Amino acid sequence: MREFYGTKLSNALMLGTAQYPSPAILADAFKRSGAGVATVSLRRESGTDKAGQDFWAMIRELGVHVLPNTAGCHTVKEAVTTAQMAREVFGTPWIKLEVIGEEDTLHPDTFALVEAARILSEDGFQVFPYTTDDLVVAERLLRAGCEVLMPWGAPIGSGQGLNNVFGLRAMRAHFPETPLVVDAGLGLPSQAAQVMELGFDAVLLNTAVAKAGDPAAMAEAFSLAVSAGQLAAIADPMEPRDMAAPSTPVIGKAFLS
Amino acid sequence: MNISINGEQIDTSAETLTTLLEQNGYANATIATAVNSTFVSQGERENHLLKEGDQIEVLAPMQGG
Repeated sequence: MREFYGTKLSNALMLGTAQYPSPAILADAFKRSGAGVATVSLRRESGTDKAGQDFWAMIRELGVHVLPNTAGCHTVKEAVTTAQMAREVFGTPWIKLEVIGEEDTLHPDTFALVEAARILSEDGFQVFPYTTDDLVVAERLLRAGCEVLMPWGAPIGSGQGLNNVFGLRAMRAHFPETPLVVDAGLGLPSQAAQVMELGFDAVLLNTAVAKAGDPAAMAEAFSLAVSAGQLAAIADPMEPRDMAAPSTPVIGKAFLS
Repeated sequence: MNISINGEQIDTSAETLTTLLEQNGYANATIATAVNSTFVSQGERENHLLKEGDQIEVLAPMQGG
């Protein structure tokens, strides 16, 4: 597996921490899946109930890498300020950079994304940009200082799977040395396996696990799928062909007609 | 002076950001702050003087995808 800014992950599953039925189920999902990375966020904290403090204590107990996001940001300024605040709170230079450009699809504003990535990279951040499968944008992000790319599979929370397999395959071929993560849109473990079969380095998902009837079981299913896809990619899959080819040898077949 | 914390208007006598946070229940909390949309680090809070109309954001870890 390629490294993420010098960090080698033992498990290629990155899990979000939102929308679980309870903190205990969230923790169980991480334990059963062995996910190596937890995405987290920042929100307004009340001076009286301090909900964020308990959450942060629980995440630290999981012992996983923490990847803060800039979810909900729509401008370069918002995203950069949020990233600065996240670095101080979470104590990591990693930032999952989201700059949303359109509400119905949560399509990233790729122009603002590149600019924010440049500012943050120059400031020492290690940027994980949530982007599309656009190769030109990807190239710009790498030039801006990103060493990881995170194209979407489908719109966030949609569970649609991989809307553009061709685009993801092209991205893998075009950037053979760059760690690639499919972030968002996955609904089923089989889709995560497909991502890994394409030669990607990790998958990042949240809703498909958190909204499952049994989130911990689904997290484990995704983990198994990721491992299977990863092993399949290493095993060098056969090339598909248009016509049938008998797998059973014809030589030595009995003459019975 | 009148300022806002996380969108809520308050009247405060605090002169610095550190004092304001202590007076409003954030002492020893894991938080990050911004004043008028600009990040103010933990080390800068003590010397950051507040002024009328400042908009303070106090953020903490939260679930995210």
